[in-house]
Amino acid sequence: MRLRLSDYFQTLSEDLRRDWQLYLLLAPMMIWFLVFLYKPMHGLQIAFKDFSIFRGIEASPWVGFEHFGALFADAMFIRAFWNTITISFLGLIFAFPVPILLALMFNEVQNALAKRWAQTIVYLPHFISVVIVAGIVINFLSPSTGIVNTVLGWFGIAPIYFLTQPEWFRPVFIGSSIWKEAGFDSIVYLAAIAGVSPTLYESARVDGASRWQMVWRITLPCILPTIIIMLIIRIGNLVEVGFEYIILLYRPSTYQTADVVSTFIYRTGLQGTQYDLATAAGLFNAVIAFVLVYTANRISRKVSSTSLW
Amino acid sequence: MSASNLYTRGDRIFGYANAFLLALFVLSTLYPFIYVLAASVSSGAAVTSGRVVLWPVDVTLAAYQRVLSDRMFWISYGNTFIYTFGGTAMSLAIMIPGAYALSRKRLRGRTMFNLLIAFTLWFNAGMIPFFLNMRDLGLLDSRFGIIIGFACNAFNVILLRNFFEAVPKSFEEAAKMDGASELQLLWKVFIPLSKPAIVTVALFCIVSRWNGYFWAMVLLRGEEKIPLQVYLKRIIVDLNSNDEFASSLLTAEYSFETITAAIMVASIIPVLIIYPYAQKYFSKGILLGGVKE
Repeated sequence: MRLRLSDYFQTLSEDLRRDWQLYLLLAPMMIWFLVFLYKPMHGLQIAFKDFSIFRGIEASPWVGFEHFGALFADAMFIRAFWNTITISFLGLIFAFPVPILLALMFNEVQNALAKRWAQTIVYLPHFISVVIVAGIVINFLSPSTGIVNTVLGWFGIAPIYFLTQPEWFRPVFIGSSIWKEAGFDSIVYLAAIAGVSPTLYESARVDGASRWQMVWRITLPCILPTIIIMLIIRIGNLVEVGFEYIILLYRPSTYQTADVVSTFIYRTGLQGTQYDLATAAGLFNAVIAFVLVYTANRISRKVSSTSLW
Repeated sequence: MSASNLYTRGDRIFGYANAFLLALFVLSTLYPFIYVLAASVSSGAAVTSGRVVLWPVDVTLAAYQRVLSDRMFWISYGNTFIYTFGGTAMSLAIMIPGAYALSRKRLRGRTMFNLLIAFTLWFNAGMIPFFLNMRDLGLLDSRFGIIIGFACNAFNVILLRNFFEAVPKSFEEAAKMDGASELQLLWKVFIPLSKPAIVTVALFCIVSRWNGYFWAMVLLRGEEKIPLQVYLKRIIVDLNSNDEFASSLLTAEYSFETITAAIMVASIIPVLIIYPYAQKYFSKGILLGGVKE
C-alpha cells in the first residue's frame, strides 16, 4: 500500500487539533529532556576534537581518535579503568549478598513490632547524604581520635592509618557502602518474599520440615528470579561506581587503589579543564555501560521472560 | 495450637541465632548515629582523648553554639531549603503534566516520546558535556540552574506514567461527560487518584535535593549560593586535612570533632522528620516503578 503524504498530514493535523491540550502539557517535559539530556550528546563530539572553550564546540578542529590513543597510553587512565572494574567486582562479591541475607533474616523474625523497628533503623542510612557518611567514616577512622583506633588501642594495636593507606581503601569503601545501602536494598527481596504462597510453608510444616529447611528449600528458590534480575542489573552497572562518595574519601596517597574512571574524568575535566580528553574517557565508559546494560537486558529477557523495561 | 508447639528445639535455636545476628546488624547500623550525637554534646577534650564511646562525657552545648553562630551555616541551610523545595516544585510541575500526557494511549507519537525518555536510562552524555551545556546555557553559578538542571529523570516519569495508566477509565469518562478540559481532568481526577505515586516522586526529589552535593559543588562559585552539603563537605572533608584549621577549633570546650558532629546532627534532623512518611511511601513506590516497567 502506498503511503499517501496528504493523508498522513490530514490525520496528523486532526490529531494535533484534537489533542493540542495534551501536547501543551507534554511540551515542557520533552523540551527539558532535549535541552538538558540530548543537547549534551551533541557536545560529545569534542571527544574527537581539539576543543578549546574559547573557540567553542563547532569551531574546534577534528582530531579523530587522538584523545582515545592518548587515554590508552595513559597509565593513570588504565589504572582508573581497572580500579573501576575491581571495585565493582568486590562489591558484587561482598555487598550484593548482604541485602538478600537481611531480607531472609527479617522474614524469620516472629515479633512484628521488633521487625518493624529493625527495618526502620536499617533503612535509615539510605536517606543520609554521602557527605555525612564520609564525615562519619573519616571521624571513626581517624588515627589520633577515631573510635576504631581507640578500640584497637585497648587491645594494644597501634593506630592504623586507614584513609591514607591504599590497601585499606577498598575495604573501607565497600564496608561503608554496605552500611549505607544494604538495609534499603533488602526491600525488593522482602517484597518478593511477601509474594511466596503461604500454602508452601504449611505443607512443608506438615511434612515436618525445619525452619532452616524451609528457608533453604522454599524461600530462597522462590525469590531466585528476583535475585537473578537484581544480579543482572548489577552486572549491567559494572562500570558505574559511587564516584560522588569516592571523591570524598580518596586522597592522592590512595589513588593507586581508589581512582576510578569517573573520578579521573572529574579531575582531568572539571578540575584540570582538559575537557576533550575527559569527554573521551566518559564516552568510552558510557559505550561500555550501554553495551553491558543492553546485553543484561537481553539475557534477562531470556532467563526470566521479563525484560527490565 | 500455639506457635511454640510447632517448633522443635532446633527451630528455636535457629530463631535465636537469627535474632542475634540481625540485632548485631541493626546495632551496628545505629551505632554511628548514637556516637555522632554523643560526640556533638560532649566536650572537645573528652572526644579527642577517646573517652566518648557511647554516652556523652562532660555534656556541653558549646559545639552547637559555635555552629549556630556561624553565618555560613545559616546561609547554606537556607539555600538547601530553596533548592529542595524549589527543585521539587519544579520537578512536579514539569513531570506530572508530561507523564499524564504520555499515559494517554491515543496520543500520537507516544511511542517515540516514551523511547526518547527511556533511552536516557541507558545512555547519557556524561559529566563534561553536561557541564559544558550548563555553561553554554548560562546556568553556571546560578540558583535557577541548580533548580531547573536536575528537574526530571526518566525513572520518575515512568513511575508517574505507569500510575496514571492504571487509573480506571470510568473516572475519566464521567469527567469528560461534564466537558472537562485535559488540565481539569488531570487536576480534578488524576492527581487526587494518584496521590501515592506523586508523594513517592516528591519524596524522591526532596531526598536527592537535600543530600546532593556534587553538582552544586561543580556548578556554583559564589559563597552565598552553596547548599548545606557543600558547606559540610568543605568543613568535614577539605578541612580535615588542614591541620591549622582543625587545631584552631581545638579548645577545651569544643574541638574539630565535636563541631563536625554538631553540623552533621543539624543536617540530619530534617531528614529524620520526614523519614516516617518517606518510609511509608518509598517501599511502595520503588515496587511501583521498578517492577511494572
